Amino acid sequence: MLSFLLRRLLTFVPTFFGVTVVSFLFIRLLPGDPILLLAGERGVGEERYAELIKQFGFDQPIWKQYLDYLWGVMQGDLGNSFVTKKPVVTEFFALFPATLELSICAIILAIVVGIPAGVIAAVNRGKFFDQALMTGALIGYSMPIFWWALLLIIVFSSGLGWTPVSGRISFLYFFDEATGFMLIDSLLSGQKGAFASAVSHLILPTIVLATIPLAVIARQTRSAMLEVLGEDYVRTAKAKGLSPLRVNGQHALRNALIPVVTVIGLLVGTLLAGAILTETIFSWPGIGKWMVDSIFRRDYQVVQGGLLLIASIIMIVNLTVDLLYGWINPKIRKG
Amino acid sequence: MSLLEIKNLTVEFRTANGPFRAVDSVDMTVTAGELVAIVGESGSGKSVSMLAMMGLLPWTANITADKMEFDGKDLLRMSPKERRKIIGKDVSMIFQEPMSSLNPCYTVGFQIKEVLRQHTDLTRAERQARAVELMEQVGIPDPAKRLNVFPHQLSGGMSQRVMIAMALACKPKLLIADEPTTALDVTIQAQILDLLIDLQKTEGMALILITHDMGVVAETVERVNVQYAGQRVEQQEVNALFSNPHHPYTAALLAALPERATGRHLPTIPGVVPGQFDRPQGCLFSPRCEFADDHCRTKPPVAAGPELGKALCHRPLQQGVPQDQKEVSA
Amino acid sequence: MSEATANLPQPPSPLREFWSYFRENRGAVIGMYVFMVFFIVALIAPLIAPYTPHEQFRDHLLQPPFWQEGGSTEFLLGTDPLGRDMLSRLLHGARFSFFIGVIVVSIASFFGVIIGVISGFAPKWMDTLIMRLMDIILSFPSLLLALVLVAILGPSLINAMIAIALVLQPHFVRLTRAAVISERTKDYVTAAKVAGAGRLRTMFVTVLPNCLAPIIVQAALSFSTAILDAAALGFLGMGAQPPTPEWGTMLAEAREFILRAWWVVTLPGICILVSVLAINLMGDGLRDALDPKLKRS
Repeated sequence: MLSFLLRRLLTFVPTFFGVTVVSFLFIRLLPGDPILLLAGERGVGEERYAELIKQFGFDQPIWKQYLDYLWGVMQGDLGNSFVTKKPVVTEFFALFPATLELSICAIILAIVVGIPAGVIAAVNRGKFFDQALMTGALIGYSMPIFWWALLLIIVFSSGLGWTPVSGRISFLYFFDEATGFMLIDSLLSGQKGAFASAVSHLILPTIVLATIPLAVIARQTRSAMLEVLGEDYVRTAKAKGLSPLRVNGQHALRNALIPVVTVIGLLVGTLLAGAILTETIFSWPGIGKWMVDSIFRRDYQVVQGGLLLIASIIMIVNLTVDLLYGWINPKIRKG
Repeated sequence: MSLLEIKNLTVEFRTANGPFRAVDSVDMTVTAGELVAIVGESGSGKSVSMLAMMGLLPWTANITADKMEFDGKDLLRMSPKERRKIIGKDVSMIFQEPMSSLNPCYTVGFQIKEVLRQHTDLTRAERQARAVELMEQVGIPDPAKRLNVFPHQLSGGMSQRVMIAMALACKPKLLIADEPTTALDVTIQAQILDLLIDLQKTEGMALILITHDMGVVAETVERVNVQYAGQRVEQQEVNALFSNPHHPYTAALLAALPERATGRHLPTIPGVVPGQFDRPQGCLFSPRCEFADDHCRTKPPVAAGPELGKALCHRPLQQGVPQDQKEVSA
Repeated sequence: MSEATANLPQPPSPLREFWSYFRENRGAVIGMYVFMVFFIVALIAPLIAPYTPHEQFRDHLLQPPFWQEGGSTEFLLGTDPLGRDMLSRLLHGARFSFFIGVIVVSIASFFGVIIGVISGFAPKWMDTLIMRLMDIILSFPSLLLALVLVAILGPSLINAMIAIALVLQPHFVRLTRAAVISERTKDYVTAAKVAGAGRLRTMFVTVLPNCLAPIIVQAALSFSTAILDAAALGFLGMGAQPPTPEWGTMLAEAREFILRAWWVVTLPGICILVSVLAINLMGDGLRDALDPKLKRS
């Protein structure tokens, strides 16, 4: 187990450096002069231009620039946004809870609905229920979620008036951000209706963001279950006279979960990609929208820092999943 | 009174290329405390008939029978829920691959105690005590400690002992052992077999031993069913079967035993059991039978009388000599 | 063999068996037919479209489809905010989506498979290097990476396709490498080497054909991912640029009209969904028919 952990960490380090190189290079390749952009509409004098070039280190050779950048990364300094002048790290962590809250809700929805759906479909293989569920899952899997979001807005927000169209909470409520999680903060604020407002703002984005992960989890659970249901130990469990709930839900599912956990880990990338679209459509103030806005504003420092931070999160989650994998699969744990 | 009675059992599997008949009109009776063997090559449908009785076949299987009774209870008309009260308790089964028959995600102890929790009213402590007792009974050293290990930490022989312990948990009336020693080392095979026979005697339960090994049969059982390509081709007492086999297939199986080989070379049965696409028209054994004639190749045979071991053959053997053509009407 | 055995059913040939498994999957067959229609429409869109996709009818802005009040059979599926015929634009949109799928999958699978085979046969250090590179690409959310790439290259359909191909390609590399590694130790490969097959021949003639099944499935599924991602980029304004009748771009253009004219939003989305769904259905059928592990015994 320890060697497994060490080996896993050893692949983590070079990948991380690779990611810093990629995010660094991307930004040097972006078209347009960052200094002119920074100066804004008023333009900049020649003297000031040279000064700024020097200040940002653009006069240095590229490897020197990279080393400076890497040195900054090591100290947790990813530079300042060209537009807001605030440190990228500060901005990121101010917006990250919004994305995290949305992603957590989405993945919980996907797991809570997807795993039972997959199990039920596998157990009833070939029957109507299986076909209906898997057709639904395939539609979800094929869904252009930006369009799906618009449809839901048409029906539930403007048609039925059940849910708000954008934002995290109604502007009627105002309170300090204690945790950054609107669900928790609204409860802590003690204001009447705040929590309900936060929930109603969360519903549609959660559904949209959960759609693809839900479909993937349901399909993966089903196929893992089908494989496991043919195993000898499932036959043993049946031969003990256990109820189908115990045979399928306990003996089979526990083994089927092993590949499903891996897939859930891989979904974090999908989730963040989905967050880009979901947040843009629902004006959800998270890092997805922040990245898109920064790309359009050509805010290089933010794009560079954001890429690195997002990639790091994905890598850390993948690492965690690998460790979790060891925990869920006794063969790796003790072997 | 017979403990298990099966009449005219047929099992067909639906496949992409049409139905495949794995078990073809098989009869079987087992009385309480008896030791019976079902013998045949791989693919003879030996395990399938027993799995059908236990209700363990996948949904693609189509099971029909005239009669299927266990301990006076009709298994055909029983709801799955009622059946689950019997299997694992009064009738239990152990399988060919002990290593993959135990769930890798749960400890051995959990898997044994689970049977007790399902079928008995024992308390937690009593279940623990019974599990230890069972582990001791099947000859696992240091049982209390071994209850906490995962299956992959056990050897094949140990796994099979655990499987046996699990099967014995509720003192079954019938134990079905489906090739219990095939996947094990030769030295372990004898140990496991001895253990099973021993337990059959001490527990007073009936034991059905499914095997392809005639050698195993000779040493252990009382009565033998020989099965070929889904059909029962012969049924006899073990001694009579060995001294005077009536079906050419039985004779060929016996001739293939190293202990009985007379020449320099060990005789074999040429060919393989017919599959889905090469089922012959007449007697299913005819393509591999040294005595087969045109009649055998075109007309399916009818079972002979009990004096000829109910041999499913046109020309049953008598002391190794094929008898004349039976007069078959039509 | 006697006459009796001549009439017996023979084991089916591999291709026949594949087809019989594929045909058994009703969804896959439906998906295949829809995909064929999609392909034909993409091929002959200019012939069947009533108007060109760019022709503007100033008197018919945001006209609803013919079955709704205010609609006319002149514009079967209505018109968009600039008075262009929706049907014509949607039909032409099929061309773009199909084109995107073909190009992206060709680029991604071509380079992905070659790199994958090389990685599978290469010495350990090179294999590690390639796999780390792929890990790096996979560490970014695909859409975000594509977005940044397009921002670098400049927003256009071609650049969007290059970006998506680059993002999809690591999946082909990993898949091919895994298949190659499991195949290359098998006896038939040793036999080919003993028979004197050169390295390149072993790699691409002996081993690669036996790894094709998962690659074909991945190609089918990537086709739909490419269409989805290109539409998403178009929707974010980083893909095909207006007035290109690309479905995602059409959605982006129509976004502000969602409350007034449902058809300008609903129809392009349905087109994306149906084509992606058809391809995924087909891909599932391919996988089930090609994957011997899931075959019923």
